[in-house]
Amino acid sequence: MTKKQSKLEANNLDAYYGDFQALKNINIAMEEKAVTAFIGPSGCGKSTFLRTLNRMNDYIDGFRIQGQILLDGRDIYATDVRVDELRKEVGMVFQKPNPFPKTIYENVVYGLKIQGIKDKKILQEACEKSLQQAALWNEVKDKLDKSALALSGGQQQRLCIARALAIQPSVILMDEPASALDPISTAKIEELIHELKKNYTIVIVTHNMQQAGRVSDHTAFFYMGELVEYAKTKTMFTSPSDTRTQNYITGRFG
Amino acid sequence: MRVQEKIIEGLLWLSAAITILVTASIIWVLLSESIQFFSEVSIVRFLTEKEWTPLFADKKFGIMPLVAGTFLTTAIAIAVALPIGLTIAIYLNEYAHARFKTIIKPLLEVLATIPTVVYGFFALTVVTPFLQSFIPGLAGFNALSAGIVMGVMIIPMISSLSEDAISAVPRSLREAAYGMGSTRLQTAFGVMVPAASSGILVSVILAISRAVGETMIVAIAAGQQPRLTLNPLVPIETITTYIVQVSMGDVPHGSLEYRTIFAAGMTLFVFTFLLNNLSFWIKKKYQEKYD
Amino acid sequence: MTNSEKNRLKDKAFQVFGIFCTFIGLVVLAIFLIDIVIEGVGRIDWDFMTSLPSRRAARAGILTAWAGTLWILVLSALIAFPLGIAAGIYLEEYAKKTKLSDFLEINIANLAGVPSIIYGLLGLELFVRFMHLGPVLLVGALTLSLLILPIVIVTTREAIKAVPRTIRDGSFALGASKWQTVWNQVLPASFGGILTGVILALSRAVGEAAPLIVIGALAYVPFVPKSPMDEFTVLPIQIFNWTSRPQAAFLTNAAAAIIVLLLITFLLNGIAVYLRHRQQKKIKW
Ligand SMILES: Nc1ncnc2c1ncn2[C@@H]1O[C@H](COP(=O)(O)OP(=O)(O)OP(=O)(O)O)[C@@H](O)[C@H]1O
Ligand SMILES: [Mg+2]
Repeated sequence: MTKKQSKLEANNLDAYYGDFQALKNINIAMEEKAVTAFIGPSGCGKSTFLRTLNRMNDYIDGFRIQGQILLDGRDIYATDVRVDELRKEVGMVFQKPNPFPKTIYENVVYGLKIQGIKDKKILQEACEKSLQQAALWNEVKDKLDKSALALSGGQQQRLCIARALAIQPSVILMDEPASALDPISTAKIEELIHELKKNYTIVIVTHNMQQAGRVSDHTAFFYMGELVEYAKTKTMFTSPSDTRTQNYITGRFG
Repeated sequence: MRVQEKIIEGLLWLSAAITILVTASIIWVLLSESIQFFSEVSIVRFLTEKEWTPLFADKKFGIMPLVAGTFLTTAIAIAVALPIGLTIAIYLNEYAHARFKTIIKPLLEVLATIPTVVYGFFALTVVTPFLQSFIPGLAGFNALSAGIVMGVMIIPMISSLSEDAISAVPRSLREAAYGMGSTRLQTAFGVMVPAASSGILVSVILAISRAVGETMIVAIAAGQQPRLTLNPLVPIETITTYIVQVSMGDVPHGSLEYRTIFAAGMTLFVFTFLLNNLSFWIKKKYQEKYD
Repeated sequence: MTNSEKNRLKDKAFQVFGIFCTFIGLVVLAIFLIDIVIEGVGRIDWDFMTSLPSRRAARAGILTAWAGTLWILVLSALIAFPLGIAAGIYLEEYAKKTKLSDFLEINIANLAGVPSIIYGLLGLELFVRFMHLGPVLLVGALTLSLLILPIVIVTTREAIKAVPRTIRDGSFALGASKWQTVWNQVLPASFGGILTGVILALSRAVGEAAPLIVIGALAYVPFVPKSPMDEFTVLPIQIFNWTSRPQAAFLTNAAAAIIVLLLITFLLNGIAVYLRHRQQKKIKW
């Protein structure tokens, strides 16, 4: 098997909320065009780590990091990196669908519009393409000018994915993207992730072991701010090397 | 792009900073004119003389009559608004249906939206004649009807702030009281009101502050005769009325008479400032208690 | 009578008293409105609305007064609206939790509690004397704008606070800057609430007389103001002036003017309530 290039890398990463250390010496390299899943008990730092990958924590008072995060070999916390450029490269989907209280169309093209793109044709094409990629086009193509808030939860989440895809990122971060959805919507999202990983590097946080098993190539297990184990998903679920991982996984499977 | 962001943030900051400038200007205006006033009239005279006649030939500069007038109208207003407002708060919380509450609260708020000149008109032309029909000694201008009408105006202030305070009391407390077989009345006065007492106190202090600074009702209905009295039946003058009275006359800018309104304004400002900050302080302490 | 019967009786008695208190204010309000309407409505006609003030009650009208009130309304909106919203945005979206922002907050709360007549003294010294502007419309509007600024700021902050964090996150995650997020997401989503607050604040400004009297606005202005630099009067001052006259005919005029003033205030409040209602229906997070 040829080793793919690593897309995202954290080196000796510590993160703090004020005095509280939320991440302790994280070292990890995530493969390009593959799905990496973060698992671990509540409060172990999964979201914190995910949000350092596109610097969403910048807005939290008192948050700071030490160490390095590399995207394609470049330190994303370097002073010459512009956060808006970074986020065009690294998209994000949240736990609860958070469509803007605007039309479906406006939601999808928002990222492009704020880049200053005004050309109607470009915007419309991007809108259609992203919605198609997010497997939502057929359901909404006749009501692009309707409020996004009128969609179902699952549709809203796929809209949020389309919105992220529209700005053509190479990485997509997903924080428990299906935890607020029903089983059918969840299945759709998982299918979508499968499809998307052909072109995108995906990092997903999940509490659902089966989901991690189904969608991811690699799995990282976090425990109390530490990265305990990181391996191929199959390996991790069949023969975890750390007892804490084993306890967590088996505890969940019952 | 970044520069633009910085400029915008700067402008927004400036808008917020203007509020500090406003406070500073108020204090500067009041202080600078008052200091000049007090260089001619000693603070001792200002605080101890028993008459206020700056516009007469025989000038006296004792602020006490104006303070007494202000105190009197305020006391009457609170005597009206506190029992009624508090009873409304308790009634809406412990007795009334939720539907009734949602209808009645906005209606009560209407009382607070009516311009104060309108209340003044009401006090002078309706309440005073009505009271005169059974209080024979009541003068045409008096503290009583101005105070009563002012009280009606601040009912919603006390009722809504007290209601907020009462409904913030944890449910468990109320349920515990009902569990022991208390009636609604016993629950209200034995448990809810004491538990919400600091919030109720805040509402009363803010109401006092509002009444002390109220101008048009007293200017229209309470008279313009500074008098060191607590008799609610005769004409008096409040600090605010005095400022209006001088403003409508033709006192030349920069004269001693002109400066009296700033000394009076300073007195008023100090009262309301102390009251407001007392209420903030209590509110803060009480929030900490529940967090 | 047993103890518990007594208690239940007291409970009932208080309930009756509660209903009484709840309605006493409204009853007073109703009596008052009816009284005003009976006294004043017959006086309102085309002449009354379009006549200049006069020393003779029967010929006096409120043209200059309501024109001045409208001027004040518009000018105050133009000044207080942008300023108050900008300050509200700064405090809610930008300010870090520092000593300075704490101070700003307590300062605004304090300003909200300063009696309106003190703002009059401020306007008198700052705008009329120091800047030599005279007792003109612009000065009246500036003074009232400062008076309502704290209200606008506080309501803006509340409306902004109601916009969920997730909306901002969604915008940031797409590469939007802080201001882009505020402008494209936060403000549109909170605009109804902000507008409601501003209109309520304006309705307060429209009813104010004391600060305008202090800056030197007069009751007798024999012309309709044409520019912000003209002298002016407003309805509350006109009402005050007529109420202070001993002749009954002037009281009738005052009642008629009060009807007009109340219509304006109720209209503004009605719009505000309607906007709030619509906003609550439109966006359910
Ligand atoms: N804004 C914040 N300020 C302070 N501490 C925080 C903040 N956000 C998270 N934390 C703390 O950091 C730790 C990690 O939180 P994080 O949200 O990353 O956990 P998580 O693994 O995503 O949990 P969950 O599975 O519940 O989402 C927790 O102890 C949490 O209390
Ligand atoms: Mg999380």
